[in-house]
Amino acid sequence: MSKRIVIDPVTRIEGHAKISVFVDDAGNVSGAEFHVVEFRGFEKFCEGRPYSEMPGITPRICGICPVSHLLASAKAGDAIMAVSIPPAADKLRRLMNLGQIVQSHALSFFHLSAPDFLLGWDSPPAARNVFGLIKSNADLARAGIRLRQFGQEIIEVLGGKKIHPAWAVPGGVRSALTPEGRAKIRAWLPEAYATTRVALDLFKKVLTTHERETQLYGNFPTLFMGLIAADGGWEHHGGKLRFTDSSGSIIADHIDPKDYRSVIGEAVQENSYLKSPYYKPLGNPEGIYRVGPLARLNICSHMGVPQADAELKLFKTLGHGAVTSSFLFHYARLIEILAAIEFIERACDDPELSSDELRANAGINSLHGVGASEAPRGTLFHDYTVDRDGMLKKVNLIVATGQNNLAMNQTVAQIARHFVKGDAITEPMLNRIEHGIRCYDPCLSCSTHAAGRMALHVKLIGPGGEILNEVFRD
Amino acid sequence: MGAKTLIIDGQTVSAENHVTILQAATDNGITIPTLCHLDGVYDVGACRLCLVEVKGSTKLFSACTTRVYEGMEVTTQSERLKKYRRMTIELLFAERNHVCAVCVANGHCELQALATSLGMDHVRYDYCFPKWGMDLTHPFLGMDDNRCILCTRCVRACWHIEGAGTKNVAGRGSKSHIISDLNEPWGDSETCTSCAKCLLSCPTGALFHKGDTVGESERDRSKLGYIVNAREKQQWIV
Ligand code: SF4
Ligand code: SF4
Ligand code: FES
Ligand SMILES: [Fe+2]
Repeated sequence: MSKRIVIDPVTRIEGHAKISVFVDDAGNVSGAEFHVVEFRGFEKFCEGRPYSEMPGITPRICGICPVSHLLASAKAGDAIMAVSIPPAADKLRRLMNLGQIVQSHALSFFHLSAPDFLLGWDSPPAARNVFGLIKSNADLARAGIRLRQFGQEIIEVLGGKKIHPAWAVPGGVRSALTPEGRAKIRAWLPEAYATTRVALDLFKKVLTTHERETQLYGNFPTLFMGLIAADGGWEHHGGKLRFTDSSGSIIADHIDPKDYRSVIGEAVQENSYLKSPYYKPLGNPEGIYRVGPLARLNICSHMGVPQADAELKLFKTLGHGAVTSSFLFHYARLIEILAAIEFIERACDDPELSSDELRANAGINSLHGVGASEAPRGTLFHDYTVDRDGMLKKVNLIVATGQNNLAMNQTVAQIARHFVKGDAITEPMLNRIEHGIRCYDPCLSCSTHAAGRMALHVKLIGPGGEILNEVFRD
Repeated sequence: MGAKTLIIDGQTVSAENHVTILQAATDNGITIPTLCHLDGVYDVGACRLCLVEVKGSTKLFSACTTRVYEGMEVTTQSERLKKYRRMTIELLFAERNHVCAVCVANGHCELQALATSLGMDHVRYDYCFPKWGMDLTHPFLGMDDNRCILCTRCVRACWHIEGAGTKNVAGRGSKSHIISDLNEPWGDSETCTSCAKCLLSCPTGALFHKGDTVGESERDRSKLGYIVNAREKQQWIV
């Protein structure tokens, strides 16, 4: 019989996530599970609504990445109409996604993660947040907050103040980039570049002193998956799916996202609403893969913009074939911010973004449509089945956080293995587990709870199910 | 024939014989909130938002269906009316499933606009959360019972402007709902001419163009009035 430690940041409502750590008879950690409450309810209540409403409904799944759901949903709609959308619409959607990547990654790096490695893992949790960072490094914290504003401004310039009223729609988008919007975005560029460069330099310095973390925080072989451009370059909105292994070899390529089911299986984990997708041909658990910035950089050969390409070269030297430490998600995130800014700059010079050819029109030409887009946290799939009238019969959403679930479990297990001694649940262990999960920037209210500090509830459960130890930390 | 003189909100106005309080008020620049009234079709007094007070009676009268008489004294704004109107609008929201944030009519909805102007900041009644479906079988028009307030504007427009007689009301009480023909899928209707006058007439997001997303359902309801005017008075708007 084995023992189970439950780290139980209880419900989504309270901003907790729940982690179980399994301990065998010898007292060694044999595995871990990260449980969350996810979107099943959403999938169900969309049934019976018209597919065209989905870009209005699905952004409400999550207050952190509404744009990702908006874009994937509109794309699934394109597929149901079986249209190719006007080129300007595609470019505009891409611009919005770049804005989303910048704002989301900036939040993850500056607000949520940097306090851990800049203020020290074991500095008091109450000070280890963005406010603590403001105290110790006001310039950096402020720059990070502004970088996030830049990304948000792009989203606002395109979609209006309230992003929710579906700006991207099946067939295209509703409005173009205005000259004022263009000027607004352009004005931000120098500052955005400067902040990103500062963060990159800083993180590279952190790397030299965090050898141990690089080894500890989720360093193990897995597959990596993401969208990839036709020429093997970095992709965030179009392209096809690619899987590589931890040696960097491509094991599946050019897979149309609509055929995701041929490569992705979904395991259901006990006690959790989170589905755990795996690479189907290898089965579960061998088919474990990671998505998100680390994966996107691992699968691509180049970024397609000069500054980020130079960084990608450095990044690639940190692994053999693939970069396998989840601690390097942070670095990947910064490189993606840099690439996004470079692509945004290009978009600012593209007259087509002011085109008024923005929306294709059609009826229901396919009873099934899949929309895939790279959300900041990884590939997001919206899979809709409709009847002849466009009414939704079935909805399946595969979100990034779910796809990283197996890897998060393994990361927690790896960290716990170093820290679990007997029945004790120590503060250093909590701090590191917290950060290990944060590397993936999981999209749960828990990840942003209380100004960035994760609330934890840890239970150590004995072989008979009895609670041996229990720790709450709000 | 002849005109009537009456007082509305302390203002002496003259109105043609046989007109309603609503018409007399409107002609004199006095606004009374309405929802089921639609220019161009007869009134049915279904929504009760146009309730007014008439001196000499403790009863409230619907302005859209009550005719004026000589010496009538009407009050269109009072604390009592405000209270009833607010109750009425809250009940309309509680009765079906209105999720404005994802509704096609968001921003162009008469129900929503009225709720705002009547100062409805929340609903004091329990929501019914009824289980209503949608009819998306028509080639380009859709109907969502969840957002229908049973004003019957669509029915009247369909019968009396278009003359098709497709839209009808079925059921009783809280089970009342709008149907096509004898409760067939709209797309199978043999009488529907696909003129979309019902959509033009609908004050909410219950009737919409298929494919519309949040807030895209804008419509010019006055067009219906123009059609009737042209037909009955031979007056065309050019
Ligand atoms: S019909 Fe009007 S009140 Fe009802 S949900 Fe739509 S916008 Fe809101
Ligand atoms: S569908 Fe529209 S016009 Fe017809 S009764 Fe319902 S709310 Fe009124
Ligand atoms: S407008 Fe008079 S009752 Fe509806
Ligand atoms: Fe999210």
